Amino acid sequence: MLQHGKVSLALHRLREGDGRALLLLHGLGDQSPVKPPLWCDAWNGPIAALDFTGHGGSTIPRGGGYSAEMLLADSDIALAELGTATVVGRGLGAYVALLLAGTRAQAVRGAVLVDGPGLTGGGTQPTSSSFVVLEERDTPPDPYALFEMARDLRPPDYATIFARMAVEHSGLDEPITVAAVVRPPWLAAVADEMGIGQGSTREALAAYQLLS
Amino acid sequence: MEPAPDPQSELGYYPGAIAAQREYVLQARGVGIAVHEWGDASADPLFLVHGGFDFARTFDVFAPIIADAGWRVIAWDQRGHGDSEHVELYSWDADMRDATVVMDSVTDRPAPVIGHSKGGSMVIQLADAQPFRFSHVVNIDGIPYRRPVPDVSDHERTRMMASDVSNWLDLRRQVAFASRKPGTFEELARRRGRMNPRLSEQWLQHLVRVGAREDADGWRWKIDPAMRFGGFGPWRPEWTVARLPGLPMPFLGLLGTEEEPMGWGTLPEQIAPFVPEGSRCVVVDGVGHFVHIERPDLVAGMVLEFLGGSS
Repeated sequence: MLQHGKVSLALHRLREGDGRALLLLHGLGDQSPVKPPLWCDAWNGPIAALDFTGHGGSTIPRGGGYSAEMLLADSDIALAELGTATVVGRGLGAYVALLLAGTRAQAVRGAVLVDGPGLTGGGTQPTSSSFVVLEERDTPPDPYALFEMARDLRPPDYATIFARMAVEHSGLDEPITVAAVVRPPWLAAVADEMGIGQGSTREALAAYQLLS
Repeated sequence: MEPAPDPQSELGYYPGAIAAQREYVLQARGVGIAVHEWGDASADPLFLVHGGFDFARTFDVFAPIIADAGWRVIAWDQRGHGDSEHVELYSWDADMRDATVVMDSVTDRPAPVIGHSKGGSMVIQLADAQPFRFSHVVNIDGIPYRRPVPDVSDHERTRMMASDVSNWLDLRRQVAFASRKPGTFEELARRRGRMNPRLSEQWLQHLVRVGAREDADGWRWKIDPAMRFGGFGPWRPEWTVARLPGLPMPFLGLLGTEEEPMGWGTLPEQIAPFVPEGSRCVVVDGVGHFVHIERPDLVAGMVLEFLGGSS
């Protein structure tokens, strides 16, 4: 377990190995897989998977308060543990992987953004969406995570800032690969940026595997 | 017989500051929210919402004036602030939800709500999302407006953003071990004065008295050390002002003319096009961001007039 403030984060070691780690970030309402997915069979190094706050084996906070930026900090705690990593994010995890690839451009050696739950978020503009008190649950996922992260606003021009950070500061030709078929506005904008790759998860991992 | 102690000799004494008559902790889905009430418990309710890095007792002078006019004044410490509980996560939406829990605990009828700074922005958004809660909205220097963009290249802006976010993440890596820096009573007041340069030393010391605690190694602000100024996210100031024209209840905005570190520096001409029809935005000359602290009687008078006198 790793500590992020008052939250204990479960970082699962799915496979040991030498070299750079592969870090998996799950989708909204999901949790880390119990074994490496088939699409990362060819990865030579260790494979780890993080449960975000309120998911899987990580702490369920009292009274919600989720944001993509705080989940970014979750993933950064995992990155600090691993040193450097290639990151694969599904759905919500894809958005967080983008933020991480931008802000820790030297430590993230390639990020792959994949379809999954919570990919779209809550749109690009604020609405009159309301605020409700939810029934608590003792088991994950936290209902507040499901509610709050499904309406997390993701303006395209905010997302592209992180894509540009990755392109400018990683030193990689294509530090981010968009593998998702579905492209909500934030992801379509990212995919259109210079230096952002597109292709399958397997292809992207094969290319990132070769990076020093 | 010993003479009674002179209250003016007490550490942090401030003339006109009165502690709430009723203080209690409300459970907001597992989060203990400290509520402070002034005035007759059977009077009509009026809510006060404090700003970021403030706490309910920053209303210690303003609230009693409103209460004396016949209102039950309710303020609460937002999560992580003042005497409310420190929790795992802090967010705007969580603060909004906590606000609804406090309001629901007091009344199911529309009531006047006064918000300062961040509290003012919260009130605008909540009044847009849940107008049934509000009879009147008063916003004290809490209408953010787009700041001028620095004249730098896209490349430089990306670099600045990367640096800001990276620094924030560095803090998050250490936040499990964070604690507020201790100091003497006077040091805490001086530190606060850097962010509140227009407020008197006597007032700042009052804030220490009610907003800090004395540990073995000195005084510390009660606010959760996990909370820091700054941060980042997709939020834009224009998202708040865009909600203003549609507010269906009477609205009074108050702006000071003097810029301060904690203020937005919003100019009246910037928000004039957004003020709802029939409502108004008043500029108070010669005061800064803390309009109700610098001129409590004036602001209370304006508010009471806006509300139609006492309840």
